[in-house]
Amino acid sequence: MKFTLSWLKDHLDTNASLEEIINALNMIGLEVEEVDDKSAFEPFVIARVLTAEQHPDADRLRVLSVDTGSGDPVQVVCGAPNARAGLIGAFAPVGTYVPGIDLTLAVGKIRGVESFGMMCSERELQMSDEHDGIIDLDDLDLPLGSSFAAHAGLDDPVIEIGLTPNRPDCTGVHGIARDLAAYGLGALKDKATAPVGGEGPCPVGVSLDFGETQPLCLGFALRMVRGVDNGPSPVWLQQRLTAIGLRPINRLVDITNYITFDRGRPLHVFDAGKVAGDLVVRRGRQGESVLALDGRDYEVNDAICVISDDKGVESIAGIIGGEHTGCDAETTDVLIESALWDPMNIARTGRDLGVITDARYRFERGVDPAYMAEGMELATQMVLELCGGTPTQPIIVNDQPPQKKQVTFPVSEVQRLTGTNVPHDEAFDILRRLGFIPQGDGGTVDVTVPTWRPDIDGKADLVEEIMRIHGVNMIEPQPLPRDALINGRILTTLQIRTRSVKRALAGRGMMEAVNWSFISGEQAELFGGGDETLMLANPIAADMSHMRPSLLPGLVAAAQRNADRGHGDLALFEVSDIYRDDTRDGQHRVAAGIRRGSAQLQGTGRHWNGSADSAGVFDAKADALAALEACGAPVGRVQIEAGAPGWYHPGRSGVIKLGPKLVLGTFGEFHPRTLDSMSVSGPICGFEIDINAVPEPKRKATRTKTPLELSRFQAVERDFAFVVDRSVPAVDIVRAVQAAEKKLIVRVNVFDLFEGPSLGEDKKSVAVEVEIQPVERTLTDADLEAIAGRVVDNVGQKTGGVLRG
Amino acid sequence: MLAGLARVFLCQPGTTLEFGTKDVKMSELAQLEEKILADIAGADSEQAIESVRVAALGKKGTISEKLKTLGAMTPEERQVMGPAINGLKSRIGDAIGSRKQALHELAIDKRLASETVDITLPVRPSPLEAGRIHPISQVVDEITAIFSDMGFSIAEGPDIESDYYNFTALNFPEGHPAREMHDTFFFGPDAAGERKLLRTHTSPVQIHTMEKQSPPIRIVIPGKTYRCDSDPTHTPMFHQLEGLVVDKSANVANLKWVLQEFCKAFFEVPSLNMRFRPSYFPFTEPSLELDIQCDRSGSEVRFGQGDSWMEILGCGMVNPNILRNVGLDPDIYQGFAWGIGIDRLAMLKYGMPDLRAFFDADVRWLRHYGFRPLDMPTLFAGLTA
Repeated sequence: MKFTLSWLKDHLDTNASLEEIINALNMIGLEVEEVDDKSAFEPFVIARVLTAEQHPDADRLRVLSVDTGSGDPVQVVCGAPNARAGLIGAFAPVGTYVPGIDLTLAVGKIRGVESFGMMCSERELQMSDEHDGIIDLDDLDLPLGSSFAAHAGLDDPVIEIGLTPNRPDCTGVHGIARDLAAYGLGALKDKATAPVGGEGPCPVGVSLDFGETQPLCLGFALRMVRGVDNGPSPVWLQQRLTAIGLRPINRLVDITNYITFDRGRPLHVFDAGKVAGDLVVRRGRQGESVLALDGRDYEVNDAICVISDDKGVESIAGIIGGEHTGCDAETTDVLIESALWDPMNIARTGRDLGVITDARYRFERGVDPAYMAEGMELATQMVLELCGGTPTQPIIVNDQPPQKKQVTFPVSEVQRLTGTNVPHDEAFDILRRLGFIPQGDGGTVDVTVPTWRPDIDGKADLVEEIMRIHGVNMIEPQPLPRDALINGRILTTLQIRTRSVKRALAGRGMMEAVNWSFISGEQAELFGGGDETLMLANPIAADMSHMRPSLLPGLVAAAQRNADRGHGDLALFEVSDIYRDDTRDGQHRVAAGIRRGSAQLQGTGRHWNGSADSAGVFDAKADALAALEACGAPVGRVQIEAGAPGWYHPGRSGVIKLGPKLVLGTFGEFHPRTLDSMSVSGPICGFEIDINAVPEPKRKATRTKTPLELSRFQAVERDFAFVVDRSVPAVDIVRAVQAAEKKLIVRVNVFDLFEGPSLGEDKKSVAVEVEIQPVERTLTDADLEAIAGRVVDNVGQKTGGVLRG
Repeated sequence: MLAGLARVFLCQPGTTLEFGTKDVKMSELAQLEEKILADIAGADSEQAIESVRVAALGKKGTISEKLKTLGAMTPEERQVMGPAINGLKSRIGDAIGSRKQALHELAIDKRLASETVDITLPVRPSPLEAGRIHPISQVVDEITAIFSDMGFSIAEGPDIESDYYNFTALNFPEGHPAREMHDTFFFGPDAAGERKLLRTHTSPVQIHTMEKQSPPIRIVIPGKTYRCDSDPTHTPMFHQLEGLVVDKSANVANLKWVLQEFCKAFFEVPSLNMRFRPSYFPFTEPSLELDIQCDRSGSEVRFGQGDSWMEILGCGMVNPNILRNVGLDPDIYQGFAWGIGIDRLAMLKYGMPDLRAFFDADVRWLRHYGFRPLDMPTLFAGLTA
């Protein structure tokens, strides 16, 4: 909502400065978004051309001597054809910023002649597109050196407020003035309009025809003015409209636009000569359309309210008028419409048709129902003043006084909700100044809500009114006392795990990415998603259409983006949510990471003290287990199995399980076909773990740790190397070793792996070191021999492995 | 050989050359000592000196053999020879010991000389140096540290919401223009014609929380939010932090205090001028916006000084309709709520110029603006290291 300072002062009698007004607007909730104080126009002064000589060296240029009202005449080189001695115009001295050409003037030398400023055209001052000559004022008595902006009305500061949707009353300057007056910034001027009267009935009738359906028109006022002269508006009106960004069109249209901004009351004018028969307000019909004033053709339907005549739809009610019955210079008889529309319907129609107008903006917020007829009277008055003519009597359909809302208001609510005491008298006074009527004595009053405040529903709304006018800054901060009843945990297990796993992965040299929650449908399908219920109906881009089923596609794509920028060795992770379906339970917190190129835990790239291997499946496995460990998963008890999802390399990937069914995560190198589909180049590996799947820790009655039991006897280490079939998983050997002596074998570690022709076809050797911890007594050689024998037997039984000779 | 001979000789019983034998024996000892001392001097390694020791003092060493002969001597002889042999043993032991020590020192010096490396060669950097925490996670941790200290706990909720939780329950009337301020992402309609949506704010979690938990409530809700909007200052996904207090007395004065304490703690300034302005949100009544004092005159925005204002959040008293929607009597319960952009807070505090870069995963950006893994924000160590 834009307006100018002089416009505001039409409604508000005030001595306040622009700065005070801006501050007040902010403090009462009418947030000032932009102020153009027009100081840029201050340097332009009224000046007279004393002499205009031909430039010695250029046919089209003249050298002017200009009296700027102070000091010696100034020499200006000018190319305007109308530059002549005696001309009164607008002069800009050196150093002035000229907005129309976006240039700050410096001393110039044009074909050898110096120029110390500029005589300006209207375009240079952004007054119009006129650039055929410099400004040539008629008034020869203007004081030289005085402000040109003041003379031309360019010095009126423009204020723009960001209006919240609850304040339709402030879509007009009058409402803004009322709020400022209530805040104490001056007196609101009485701008009531008396009925104009009129001769004879309006020859065009109006009927509302909604049949059995819900009426979309709540009231309609219409009047004809005959014999109007619809030329261009006077300068003051044009200037105001231009200042707020509207284009002046003709008097009748400008009047409706003016009242829209002056009173927040949209109106419409029909050229009566183009209206056939009476007006009918009704729902649109399938197949009907109307060419609107914005030049677009709109199809209507029965959800849209229209104004029609015998020829068809002439206007989309409350939103935009029709081109066919629009007013132009030829208009002599005009129909002035002031109507009341269903706000919800206006909002929906505007949204469905995709049209934003000043009328829609106001009607969907809710205009003052009590001002419908008066708005028409004000318009009539302005038409008579500016265009002449003779008014008929008005037709007013549904002229019922609007229902006035009442709120029962215990004044103690102010103290209860704000923590600040506002004396009753002051509270009532604030309400009265805003147009509310408090009635009754004592602590609880009945407050009648003014018709222009549809946003006021209850006690809290009145507290807000009193608070914002009394002053939010009057409320002293008060500490929020600790509440003994609140003594719960601050973070949930999931939140703790989320934090820990992020730090753990970053501690492994990975960088945390935050990727979009939505990816392309193609990528979603590649990673096990693509379900239609997770597809956005209105994605912002085609490749951001599906809620991600995995964090991996985002990370893989990010790796490639970095590689394309020349950073191919990188490790990224993300800890965030994925979506398996559209329910709460379908949203899972997962941690995922990728390593590309040589980005391994011990470092990236070549190093004098080691090779630059590519990160691979075991790097991903280590990351996955570290992430699970950080989440508190019992990593010592998990099983690693083949059978990872299809986006992984089938022979270099795995599933991490706890028990036979619970999948905690997956890891591996990516399937070459997956990478191809994403146009990504490897080597690249990754993992993903499901944090939600990690079991909650058991609640313990005590924080005491289990007692530490240390054996008095020295542990013994023995090495074994087994030759097994190549397909035997190492974990089977480890398990078989462990199972051979459950009590005394405390650790089994694979320390060597060997494959070679000496072992035979498809064989491998797996060497393990076994730690045996005696518990009750020192073990004798015979004891150890017996254990070793059981180990060899069990490994042989379970895996077919034999001791390597 | 010499030791063998001596033994044979000494073992001859019934010898009468008592006096002369003693002299002979003494001179043999002197010779032996001379020889061993020469061997000691000649030993040039720890190994060699060990051999000398074994040859002299070992079980079958020359001096050990001499000691064995003491048993067969007459008491008189033993009285002379005992101290002589033991004295030799002790002197040789000392000599070997000191030679051994000297050789050991020598060996160490030699080893050190051979083991010297170029210590300017680089080592692999610690993974802690390479890893980074995203600024959003860091700022969420900072915010958590501040509010947990004020007795708040952290709540979360789903990204995919129903119209009811995102709008209706939060007092956004059907068809109200306020709904249009939120450019909402919708999913397709289900069998019943209901369309789910991506939450446009974290406020639905207020409703979920109040439905499950009775007052007093003190929560903050960080999370992802979505609006179909994309330009230099808006991204279709962003992060918000919602706060909610519900009890029987929480009021605007408390709200001002909580946010004032938060802003001071977050921006790590001792004092900060703040300006609350009335505003409008469907879910609060009265509603306010908060501006904080800042200085925009330099190349970076500084908080706690200067004469400019920057809007940072919206807040207000929980709208009575919302309390009613979750079954609380607004004449008994009251409270306040606020919502703040996490990404924007991060940008304001740490000076990232472009919001879109937050979501690009550019490792150069992450290395520069990200945080080290162990820089965990706490109140006791300061939010920022």
